[in-house]
Amino acid sequence: MALNRRNRKASRLGDAVFSRLSLVASLAIIFILVNILVILIMQAWPTLSEFGASFLWTSDWNTMTDEYGALPAIYGTVVSSLLAILIAVPVSFGAAVFLTEIAPLWLRSTASFIIEMLAAIPSIIIGMWGVFVLVPIVRDPIQKWLGNAFGWMPIFQGNQLGFGFLAAGIMLALMIIPIITSMSRDVLRAVPQSQREAMLALGATRWETISKAVLPFGRSGLVSAVILGLGRALGETMVVAMVIGNVYSIRFSLFSPGSTIPSKIAGEFGETLPGTLQMSSLLGLALILFAITLIVNIIARLLVWRMSAVKMGRL
Amino acid sequence: MLKRFLPAVTALMLAMMLVLAGCAKNSSEQATRLTGSGATFPQPLYTQWFAKYYNLTGVRIDYGGGGSGAGIAAIAQGIVNFAGSDALLTPTQLAAVEAAYGKIVTIPMTADAIPVVYNVQGVSSGLKLSGEVLANIYLGTITKWNDPTITALNPDLNLPDASITTIHRSDSSGTTNIFTNYLAKISPAWVSTIGGAGFGTTINWPTVANGSGIGAAGNAGVASALRQNPNSIGYVGLAYAIENNLPCIDLQNATGNFITPSVASTTVAANGFELPDDMRIMITNSAEATAYPIVGFTWLLVYENQTNQAKGQAIVDFLWWAIHDGQADAPGLHFAQLSSAAVAKAETLVKSIKYHGQSIYGS
Amino acid sequence: MLGALTLIIRKGFNFMMVSLCVLGAVLAMTLVCMMLGYILVHGITFFNLDFITNEAAFPIGTPGGGMRNEIIGTAIIVSLGTLIAVPVGLFAGIFLSEFASPTVASSVRFAADILSGVPSIVVGIFAYAIIVRPMHSFSAISAAVALAIIMLPVVARTTEESMRLVPGSLREAALALGITRWRSVLSVVIPGAMTGIVTGVILGMARIAGETAPLLFTAFGSNFSFESLSEPIAALPLQIYRYAMSPYQDWLQQAWAGAFLLAMMVLVVSLAVRFISRKRGS
Repeated sequence: MALNRRNRKASRLGDAVFSRLSLVASLAIIFILVNILVILIMQAWPTLSEFGASFLWTSDWNTMTDEYGALPAIYGTVVSSLLAILIAVPVSFGAAVFLTEIAPLWLRSTASFIIEMLAAIPSIIIGMWGVFVLVPIVRDPIQKWLGNAFGWMPIFQGNQLGFGFLAAGIMLALMIIPIITSMSRDVLRAVPQSQREAMLALGATRWETISKAVLPFGRSGLVSAVILGLGRALGETMVVAMVIGNVYSIRFSLFSPGSTIPSKIAGEFGETLPGTLQMSSLLGLALILFAITLIVNIIARLLVWRMSAVKMGRL
Repeated sequence: MLKRFLPAVTALMLAMMLVLAGCAKNSSEQATRLTGSGATFPQPLYTQWFAKYYNLTGVRIDYGGGGSGAGIAAIAQGIVNFAGSDALLTPTQLAAVEAAYGKIVTIPMTADAIPVVYNVQGVSSGLKLSGEVLANIYLGTITKWNDPTITALNPDLNLPDASITTIHRSDSSGTTNIFTNYLAKISPAWVSTIGGAGFGTTINWPTVANGSGIGAAGNAGVASALRQNPNSIGYVGLAYAIENNLPCIDLQNATGNFITPSVASTTVAANGFELPDDMRIMITNSAEATAYPIVGFTWLLVYENQTNQAKGQAIVDFLWWAIHDGQADAPGLHFAQLSSAAVAKAETLVKSIKYHGQSIYGS
Repeated sequence: MLGALTLIIRKGFNFMMVSLCVLGAVLAMTLVCMMLGYILVHGITFFNLDFITNEAAFPIGTPGGGMRNEIIGTAIIVSLGTLIAVPVGLFAGIFLSEFASPTVASSVRFAADILSGVPSIVVGIFAYAIIVRPMHSFSAISAAVALAIIMLPVVARTTEESMRLVPGSLREAALALGITRWRSVLSVVIPGAMTGIVTGVILGMARIAGETAPLLFTAFGSNFSFESLSEPIAALPLQIYRYAMSPYQDWLQQAWAGAFLLAMMVLVVSLAVRFISRKRGS
C-alpha cells in the first residue's frame, strides 16, 4: 500500500517533470525566434528610422547617395518563389499520389534516399549545376520557344539571357519538389485505408477515389507541405544568387534578371562595413523577409482553418 | 524500444566525436595560433602561405574569407588578429575602426590586375580598347561592337553589328572597386553619372537601366555568364581570366601603349606612383610605360599596438616573411609580386608594429 | 446506354488523371535525378582515397590533396548540432502533440514554421552576435549552435506530425492499464512514431551537413587539424564553397569530389540509422 502510494507520487512527479521539460523545449523555439527578431530590429533600426515605411516601396539601392529601398528585392523574392510553387506543386502532388497509390514499394524508399542526399549537397554545388547545365537549357529551348509561342505576353518578352527569374524559379522548384513530394506522400500514406476501400466499394474509379476520398482527407497536411516548400524557396540564397542575374530593378518579363532578398544580403553582407546605413538596410531586408514568411504562414493557417470549417459544415 | 534506441544513437555520436577528436593531432604544447578574416580574392595565395609558414615555423594561421567588410568588423570587435581588405577605407571609416582598439597599419601583400574579358563573335583575340571607350561601353553610350570608336582602334578586326551586353559583379567586391576606380580616373562623364566619387564595391550600373547589362555573382559567375552570352564584355581577376582562357582586351594605358594584362605588367604598375608612407593608395591608371592600367593592391590590416607579446611577434614575423620569401609564391597563382619600392615601404610599416611602445621587429 | 457512356467517360478521365500523376512523378524524378546524377558523376570522377586521408596539398595543383580536416570538422559540428537539436526538438514535438492546449500549440507551431523559413545566413549572423562576439573567437561551438537552430524546427515538426499519426486508441489503452502519461508517451507513442521521427532527424542532419552560409561567420574554416571546440574549425561545405569559387582546376575538381563525399556521408548515416532503428524495433 505504502509502496503503491510512493509509486503514484513518483509517477505524478514524472508526469510533471516530463510535461515541464517539453514545455521548456517548446518555449526555447519561441525564445530563439524572438531573439533573432530583436537582434534584426536593433541592427535595422537606423534604416527604419531614416526611411520609415518608404523603405518598403522605393527602389533605389545607391551606396553613393546612401539611399536604400527594398521594393525590387521584395518583388524578386515573391515572383521567383511563386513561380517555383506554380511549377513544383502540380508535379509534387502528382508524384506523391504516384508514390502512395501506384508505385511499387522499393521505389518509395529510393525516392526518400534521393531527397535526403539532395538536401545534403551544398547549395553552391547545386548552383553550379544550374549555371553550367540549366541556364543554357533555359536560354535555348525554353526561352526561345516561349518567346516564339507566347511572345505577345509581356511576361515572355525581352532579351533571352538565360539568367533571370525563369531560371531562378525552375531551380527553386527543383529544390522544393523533393520536400513537397515527401511531405505530401507521408500525409497521403496516413489516410486510413478504409477511406479508399469505401469509395472503391461504391464502384468509384481510382482517380475518383484519390480526388474525392484521399486528397480531401489530407488537405491540411498538403497545405503545410506547400508552405514548407514555399518557406524554403523564400529563404534559399546561393542557388538563386547564382542564376537570377542579380539586377536591382523591377521588370515584368520572366526573362529579365532580378534580385531576391537573400541573394542581396548574401551578395553584399561580407563587403559592407559594420555600422553603415547600407548594413542596416541589408538587415532591414532580412526583417522584411521575416514579415513575408509570417504573412505566408498566417494565410496558410486561415486556409487550413477555412477548409476544415467547410468540411465540418458539410458533414 | 526507445530507451535502448536513444542512448544507442547518442553513444554512437559521442563515440564518433571522440574517435574523430582522437584522430586529430594531439599537440600538448600550445602552439601560437593567429586568425585573420576578410577579402576572399587573395585567399588562395594566403592559404598557400599559411600552409608553408606552418611547416617552417609551426605557427598556425587561419584565414576566413567572409569579405573585406566582415574582416574589418571582426578586427574592430577584437575577434581576429588581422583583417584582409582589397578596398581602402575612407579616412572617416578608418577613424571609426581605430576608435575601437587604436591605430591600424595597412600593409600591401600582393597586387592584382583586373583584365577586361570579352566574348565577341568572330573575334578570338587581339581586341584593343582605350579607357575612354571602355567607360562609354559601361555607360551605355557605346552600344554596338562595330561602333566607329571601337573600329578605329581595331582596323584589322571584323567586328560584328551586334549589341554589347555588359556583365558586372552583382555582389559587393574589391574587384568592382578597382575596376570602377579606373573608370572614374579616366572619364569625367562616368563620375558625374555614377555620382559621389564614381567608384566603390557596389555601384548602380548605368547599363542596367536600358536592359543591356546583367550582374553575375563572383568572378566565377562573371566568367560563366560571359561564356554563355555572345557579344558580351566583363571584368574578372587575373587568375580567372588565365585559368579559364578568357580573351583579354589590350587596354591603352596612360602613356598610350596597349598592354596585355599579366603578372609582369601588374608588378610594374606601382612604379608609376610616388608611393605614400602609409601605402594607402589606389594604383590604377599608372604612368609607367609598360604597366597595365587596372591594377590594385590587396592589404592586411594590423593593429599598430599589439597587446599580446607572443601573438604580436608571430604577426610581425609572418608579415616580414610574406613581403619577402612569400612573394615567390605569387606568380604561380597569377598574383603579382610587390615591386621593390613597395616592399621597401612595407618593411617600414612592419617595423612600426609595437608591443608596449617598442618595435617588435628585430627585438 | 447512358450509364455505359458515363462509365467510359469516367474510365477515360481516370486513365488521364492517373497518367498525369505518373507523368508528374516521372518528370520530378528525372529532373531531380538529372541534377543529382550530374553532381555525383562529376564528383566520383575526382574522388579517391587520398581525398579522405590527406590534408590539402601545396602548392595549389599538387596532386594527392584531400579534405581530411574538413571531414573531421564537419562530423564534429554536425554531431554536436544534432546533439543539441534532437532533445529540444523531440521534447517540443512531444509537447505539441501530447501536452499543449490548442492555442499554445498553434503559437509554438507558428514559431517553428517561421524559424524554419529564416534564411540560414541570418541564423549565422545571429550565432555570431550571441556567441562569437562575447567569446571573442570563431568556434566550433558557435557553428554547432547555428546548425542546431536550423535543425530544431525540422525535428520538432516531424516529431509532432508523426506522433499525431499514432491512433488515440493506443494511448487510451495504455492509460487504461494504469500507466502514467509520460510512460505511455515513452513506451507507446514514441515507438509508434519512431520511423517518422528518425526520418525527420536524418533529414535535419542532411540539411545542416550541407549548409555553408551560417558557417562563414561561426566555424570560420581552418587549414589545420581539430584542436578545440572553442577555436575555428574546418568544415566540408566551407571548403567546397572556397574551392568552387576559385579559379584553379585542381580546386574546382576537389569541390565536386567534396560534394560527392557529403552526399555519400548522409547516405551512409541514414542507411545506418534506418538499419539500427528497424532492428531494434522488431
